[in-house]
Amino acid sequence: MIDIGLGHYLTLGVVIFSIGIIGIFLNRKNIIVILMSIELILLAVNINLVSFSIYLGDLSGQVFTLFILTVAAAEAAIGLAIIVVYFRNSGTIRVEEIDKLKG
Amino acid sequence: MIAHAIFFYVFSVIAVVSAIMVTVSKNTVHSVFFLILDFISISCLFIMIGAEFLGMIMLIVYVGAVAVLFLFVVMMLNVAQQKNQWFVSKDSSRHIPIGLLISVIIFFELIIVIGGWKYKPDLFNSAKSSLENGVSNTHSLGQVLYTDYIHVFQISGMILLIAMIGAIVLTFRQREGVKKQSYLKQISRERTEGVEVLEVASNKGVKIDD
Repeated sequence: MIDIGLGHYLTLGVVIFSIGIIGIFLNRKNIIVILMSIELILLAVNINLVSFSIYLGDLSGQVFTLFILTVAAAEAAIGLAIIVVYFRNSGTIRVEEIDKLKG
Repeated sequence: MIAHAIFFYVFSVIAVVSAIMVTVSKNTVHSVFFLILDFISISCLFIMIGAEFLGMIMLIVYVGAVAVLFLFVVMMLNVAQQKNQWFVSKDSSRHIPIGLLISVIIFFELIIVIGGWKYKPDLFNSAKSSLENGVSNTHSLGQVLYTDYIHVFQISGMILLIAMIGAIVLTFRQREGVKKQSYLKQISRERTEGVEVLEVASNKGVKIDD
């Protein structure tokens, strides 16, 4: 318990990843919270990459964390733009009312 | 070592609790605030573990840009009237048990993978901290990023550019009936179309059509 190792950080990543997946499945409110859950999942992946990179002494993990950060920022920008356009066209972003594709 | 443990537990408990609050809280604005708290505590963990540059970049990019963007959109879209409709629809609540089941299965699979991980006994001793040979984390990261990964780095710049253009194109709209200043029209105006010489009849006045 006192000796913090790689396993502790990986467990933290697993917990946050699962919370993100639960958020995607259970959210019926609006689609912005789903985007936030995706950010949580990417954060969990970042935790895994950084802790492996530190404990194995290899910098590649941190480099790829930077790229994940880039992609996450781009994804948030595009996703929020799509949400704004959808709200302008249909007046709602509740998940259960977005059923135009009959899925 | 004990300070490391105390700080790890404090920050990770804050991170996990705020991650739960992101998904559970009924108000979307509160979700964004808990997301900010989550990012801050995780970046504190990164700084503590020795990845200072990534911790700072996480603060700048996530808290400074992404979370503020989320806040802008939440406040623009006026989702406040939908805030107390969580889990209420009968149509959607049939997804909840299977969603929970899948999430719990994923959680235990990952826990089993991590718990069954066999470490090499001399693994952590062979890992050298980059501070020991006098190079900071930022310095060594830059040395790797700009040499081995230069093409990936430039492609990520292109991804950011495309995201910017895409967001502008998606949200741009031409409004009708907005009066705008047109420099080209102003500059290319001639005397003949601006001034009209009229013959004014005495005692009548002039009708100007505008």
